[in-house]
Amino acid sequence: MSLTTKDMSVVKALWGKISSKVDEIGAEALGRMLVVYPQTKTYFSHWADLSPGSAQVKKHGKTIMGAVSDAVSKIDDLPSALSQLSELHASKLRVDPANFKILAHNLIVVVAMLFPADFTPEVHVSLDKFMQNLAWCLAERYR
Amino acid sequence: MVEWTEFERATIQDIFSKMDYESVGHNALARCLVVYPWTQRYFGNFGNLYNAAAIMGNPLVAAHGTVVLHGLDKAVKNMDNIKATYAELSVLHSEKLHVDPDNFRLLADCLTIVVAARLGSGFTPDVQAAFQKFLAVVISALTKQYH
Repeated sequence: MSLTTKDMSVVKALWGKISSKVDEIGAEALGRMLVVYPQTKTYFSHWADLSPGSAQVKKHGKTIMGAVSDAVSKIDDLPSALSQLSELHASKLRVDPANFKILAHNLIVVVAMLFPADFTPEVHVSLDKFMQNLAWCLAERYR
Repeated sequence: MVEWTEFERATIQDIFSKMDYESVGHNALARCLVVYPWTQRYFGNFGNLYNAAAIMGNPLVAAHGTVVLHGLDKAVKNMDNIKATYAELSVLHSEKLHVDPDNFRLLADCLTIVVAARLGSGFTPDVQAAFQKFLAVVISALTKQYH
């Protein structure tokens, strides 16, 4: 389900609207994921505080969203935009790719909560496709 | 048997007691048909589903969304016995409607997103966890009679 030019422009337009809250979205999505899908906590056993709003969760949520925002800016060529991160996730982090879908879902929930008027079904489908493509590229180097 | 905490019970009762069934049902079903277009396969006789605007404006989609959401009432009222409560509906979805159970998850995700948009900051992580657990139990019950 590859991205059409329409999907790309819809996602870029959405990012324009949400850019001021990008850090908050990342922190909220990550914190939420750790609560709603407790099995994801297994990747963060080295953190002291896994509760939503903790300093580590906020910082890491910001890091993740920074990477997603970067991918939006390079949306025409996601495979090369994500090749280094894919290498990192494959060889070092070894996050099961099923979790990419889980984080994407939580990201979408937070966007819907913070921007209910902007997150129409048409915007939703393009963002869903974008996250799916991003996940695919992120898993590229796994095997 | 599913164990529910007091918080989970209260959360589910609260969400559904305040739910605008018509609006939420309509929006959740329509969103599902737009975001996951293959789900349209079950609605061949609904007329114009040609694009997002047509789907959102389609009165049959709106009406059916309400029906589906009211179907969740049974679970809300029988939280300790959801599996038995949905036995008949499970047979219906399997034998008569021939719905791939994966679609239940897709609709549940859309419902979660619509409710999240309505509740805003009230949709805390704990509320989300309770709501998603409730929907997961419903989905499991609806899938139970498939063979």
